This record gives sequence, C-alpha cells and structure tokens, in this order.
Amino acid sequence: MALFNLAQAINLALGQEMEKDKKVVLLGEDIGVDGGVFRVTEGLLDKFGSDRVMDTPLAESAIIGASIGMAIYGLKPVAEIQFDGFIYPALDQLISHAAKIRNRSRGRFTCPLVVRVPCAGGIHAPEHHSESPETHIVHTPGLKAVIPSNPYDAKGLMAAAIRDPDPVVFFEPKKLYRASKQEVPEKDYEIPIGKASIAKEGGDVTLISWGTMVHVCTEAAEKLKEKNIDVEIIDVRSLSPLDTETILTSVQKTGRAVIVHEAPRTLGLGAEIAATISEADILSLKAPVKRVTGFDIPMPLAKHEYLYLPNAERVAKAAEEVMKF
Amino acid sequence: MEKEIAKFSVNYLQILDENGKCAEQPGLTQKQIKEIYESMVLARIFDERSIKLQREGRLGTYPPLKGQEAAQIASAYALGKNDWMIPAFREHASMILRGLSMEMILQYWGGDERGQKIPSGENDLTFAIPVGTQPLHAAGIALAMKIMGEKTASLVYFGDGATSEGDTNEAMNFAGVFSLPLVFVCENNQWAISVPRSRQTASQTIAQKAVAFGFEGVQVDGNDVFAVYSATKSALEKARSGGGPTLIELFTYRMGDHTTADDASKYRKKSEVDEWVKKDPIERLRKYMESKKLWSKADEEKLLAKLGKKVEDAVKKYESVPAEEPGKIFEYVYAEMTENLKNQQKSLEHQDEAKS
Repeated sequence: MALFNLAQAINLALGQEMEKDKKVVLLGEDIGVDGGVFRVTEGLLDKFGSDRVMDTPLAESAIIGASIGMAIYGLKPVAEIQFDGFIYPALDQLISHAAKIRNRSRGRFTCPLVVRVPCAGGIHAPEHHSESPETHIVHTPGLKAVIPSNPYDAKGLMAAAIRDPDPVVFFEPKKLYRASKQEVPEKDYEIPIGKASIAKEGGDVTLISWGTMVHVCTEAAEKLKEKNIDVEIIDVRSLSPLDTETILTSVQKTGRAVIVHEAPRTLGLGAEIAATISEADILSLKAPVKRVTGFDIPMPLAKHEYLYLPNAERVAKAAEEVMKF
Repeated sequence: MEKEIAKFSVNYLQILDENGKCAEQPGLTQKQIKEIYESMVLARIFDERSIKLQREGRLGTYPPLKGQEAAQIASAYALGKNDWMIPAFREHASMILRGLSMEMILQYWGGDERGQKIPSGENDLTFAIPVGTQPLHAAGIALAMKIMGEKTASLVYFGDGATSEGDTNEAMNFAGVFSLPLVFVCENNQWAISVPRSRQTASQTIAQKAVAFGFEGVQVDGNDVFAVYSATKSALEKARSGGGPTLIELFTYRMGDHTTADDASKYRKKSEVDEWVKKDPIERLRKYMESKKLWSKADEEKLLAKLGKKVEDAVKKYESVPAEEPGKIFEYVYAEMTENLKNQQKSLEHQDEAKS
C-alpha cells in the first residue's frame, strides 16, 4: 500500500471524489495554477480543468457566498479558505446562510458544501496564520466540523464530508500536512462524521483531543507510561456533531478526563465536553475534568507560540494532577 | 506624461413618462400590459392589507413595498421560468408574480418558516434579511449555470443600502471576473431605513459602480414599467447568451416606512413623499392604458373587487394554517437529526407534557 502524508491524502480524496461525481468543484485562492499554498490541490487543475478547479478573486466572503449559491443549485463545491485567520470575513455567509438555508426553507434548499481550512499553530507562521477558530463553527447550528489527525482519517473524512448533504467545515492542521506518512488505501472508504476514534487504549485517564494535539497527547502518554499511568486517547475527529457516546464510555471506564485543545480556553469545545461529562455522569468521575488549552490571549507570533501551544509536559502534568486528586 | 486611459458614461432610461405618455412601448401585448398592471395592483392591495394585519396584531413586523411595484413586477416579468430570482426581503410583488402564494408570504412574516418553503419547481430563493448578502448566492447560482452549460440567467434584487456592503461589491467583482449570467437589480428607493442614498455613496449614480467591475450599468426610471421591463429583458438576454452581467439601478421610492416598526416621518419630509406620489407607478400605467383605450373605470372597479377578494382569501388561508408541531423546529437543521438534537427534541416533549 502506498504511503501518503496528510496533504497528499486529502489531494487523493479530492481527486477521487471529482472523478466519481462531476458535481464536485473546487474553488479558492491560489488553488489552481499554484496548487494551493500548501499544495493540497496540486495537479487537480490539469486533471479536471478550470471549470472544476477555480482560482477566485481574493475575497473569502465571496468564495463562501458563491459556494452557497452553487450548492443550492446542485453542485458540490469544496471551497478553500487559505488560512484559519482569514475565515472571519466568510463567517457571516457561513452562519447566516450556509447554516440556515435548510431550516429557513423547511428543507426546500440545501447546502452540501465543504469548506477546507488549513488551521492551527506550530509552523512559525506570521500573525493570523496559526489560529484555531473551530468554536465559531461548532457553536453554529446547521454546520458540521471535522478535523483529521492522520492521513488515513483525512482521506476518509474528506470523502464523507463531500458526500454529506450539509455544510461541513474541514479543518486541516497545517503542522500535520507533512509531519508523517501512513499507508492510505486507494480504495473507497469513509470515516463517518460524528464518530470519534480511540487513538490509544488505556485504563487510568482519558485524554480527549483533536488535530495536532492528538500527537501531543501521544507524546504525553509515553512520559506517563514511565510513571505507570496508563492513558486512553480519544481523537475526537468530528467536532460537530460530537461523539459524546465514545467520550462518555471512556470516561466511565477511567473515571478521569483531560481535554486538550489549541483554541483559547474560554468557551472552547473543551468546556462543552467537560459540561457534557458532568451532566451525563458526574458520579463516574474520580477527579474534576481538567483542560489543557491555548490561553485566552491572541495567538502569539512565531517566537512565542511555544508558550501558548499545549505541549506534552503540560498534558502529562494535568494527567498526573487528576491521578493524584 | 499623463493621458486619459479610461472614461465612461452612464445612460438613463425612461419610456413611459410621469403623465403616462410614451413614444413606443417595448413590444408588450395588450394582454401582457394588463397582466403587469393587475400584478402591480394586487401587490399594492396585498401590501396595504399586510400593514393592517400587523397593526391589528395578526402579523409580525412587515416591510412594505408601496411605490416599488413597477420596479419589482416589471423586472420579474422579464424572467423566464428557468431563470432564477434571488430576492432581498421586500420583494413580495416579485415573489407573488413568480408564483409564491400570498398566504405563504404572510406565514413567513407571521413568524413561521414554512412560509419560505418555496414550492419545488419554482426557481426563487428565500428572502435574505442580512442586507447585501444575497448577491453572492446569485453569483454562485450564475456560476453553476455557466459551469453546467445552461442557457439561463439569475437575477438578484438589493437596495441602495446594500451597495455599501462588502458582499454586494464582492458579488459584482465575482460576476465581472467570471462573466456570469447575472443581472443585478438595485432598487434604489432612496432610503435605507433613515439614511439617505447620499450617505451610502458619493458616487453620482449607483449604476456607474458596474463600470469599475468591468461591465455595463444603467440607471432606469424605476416607476416606469416599460423601461424596467425593457432594461431587464435585454440584460437577461445578454446574460443568457454569454454577454455577462449587468447592473440595473432602478430609481424609485419607498413610499412607506422601512418596516411596520419604523416611522419614516421622523427622518423625511412629507413634501418629498408627495413629490414621489405624483410619480406613482400604478397610476402612471393606468393613465397610459386609459389613453390607449385598454382600460376603463368599470375594468378598474371589477379588478379591485376581484383582487380584494383574492387577498382576503389569502388572509383566511394564512390564519387557518394549522400550527406546526413543536418538535419540527429541530428537524430541518441537518438532513438527519443528530443525537444531540434528538435529545433536545425529547426534552421539549417533556416540557410540553409538564405544561399540559
């Protein structure tokens, strides 16, 4: 089986879906001739032509607003927002229309749209290029949001996102684009939206995370193993809808949970997960749920991002604290 | 060295003057002219009835369209069945003409989403309340038409206020770059709630904004059915045959309040409104029809009685629609309800049980 990195796996999924369904079209800034600033759409313009791989004017709201019209009309647009920090001009279109058109028209119009968003930090990028804006999406009824942590999931999640009848924001952790390669089957498969995975089984404490942070949790697990703490790691994958069943089952088993995410803490998805756990089964907890997250500050520039981003030491420390409680 | 590298001009189109006189109307049959007239009168009766319903507490906040009947009806009349129409939120006249029932429009402004379940087969989008957001949807629809090789066009309505919004400008830019089959219809009714057109733009006309986006813009007497129809028809034909977008500025006037929650007398003079009443689009067409012996007092009386009853029937239907089951509010968020929504829906049922 061939080895793919995360960027290549997404490229493979896009190409395969475009082969299968003529209605799938790509649009965004620099995605055509340039193949995307991260080369995720490399080669697709040559293969599918400029009617299906469109370089657009530099206008994020236009990219999403036009995609909404295309989706309503019957196409399946996959739009790229070049960087996380540039999604904000398009939030009005996403929140006011993509998320609401099905409900507003009582099902007459639908918006099968995928918005690809390279996201998160750790690559020493300039300001506005390292953000984790998932809360805005998850907080909006009518939108779905997914984020892969590995090439295999990336391909299957992209297939599922493109085939989904509702708008899906597909976050792509930039740091993982080329971090590692993995066997990715050419054959068709989907990773269902709404299903988390157990990245590592364990019995003492559940680490709940997504994207780049899954790897930070894996690193923390190694450190904790030396202290005889056996962690279970949940890769949430689907931020909305959230797989609360997998999370609860794990926490009921371990009795301890640490949630790890890059986005700022206040009203981050960690808050929702912690509340869900305590509402559903507070008595299964042997310790308070802990969060290891980005701080409630603007994402620092390159020199200081290491201070902001959760790392294995912070995660391990939090896990030890809940073990000692 | 400095030299002129670009210059432009903007045309103004009027066919039917304020006294109902015209040299040559744009090839409409007598039947079509009567249809347009009837549709305008229906829109006005509907509008007046809707305002009354709101005053009586039988309808929610409603945005009146009085004064814009020619702008809406004559432009929508130029559309083909397969063309798409993308309204803002005041286009009740266009929506009724295209086939949305009056009871459904009332249902929406009465606070019920089912009023915007556009019947399948009708190529009209739902109302878009956030100002200036919908031209981008029209651009997307037009882009899809182009990609799919269809010989159809899309038409989008927006107001003078919307020309200040980024999205409207992004849509025009997009349409220009991709040479989209799209007609931008700006109903310049002079007021965005209390803010006059002069505070939206320092541009002499709205029409000329098209020039900067690389396509044609034209200003049209928006209270002149013939000019509105003619300009829209040729812009649509151009769009369908690959000629790209057009911006049509319909110079008109919102005779009423912005919505039933507004009081326009706070910010504009009665004398200004009175001047525009003289340019009433319905009166103007009636004068023309009377002068051509197409219309009589008896015809008018008959029409008013017929349309009055039609509107009353719609009001009755609106008020007799059974309430939607409470749980339905969860069912159109996604194609399939998530577990989370199913749980929330169940909690609503329990709440109902507790109440009863």
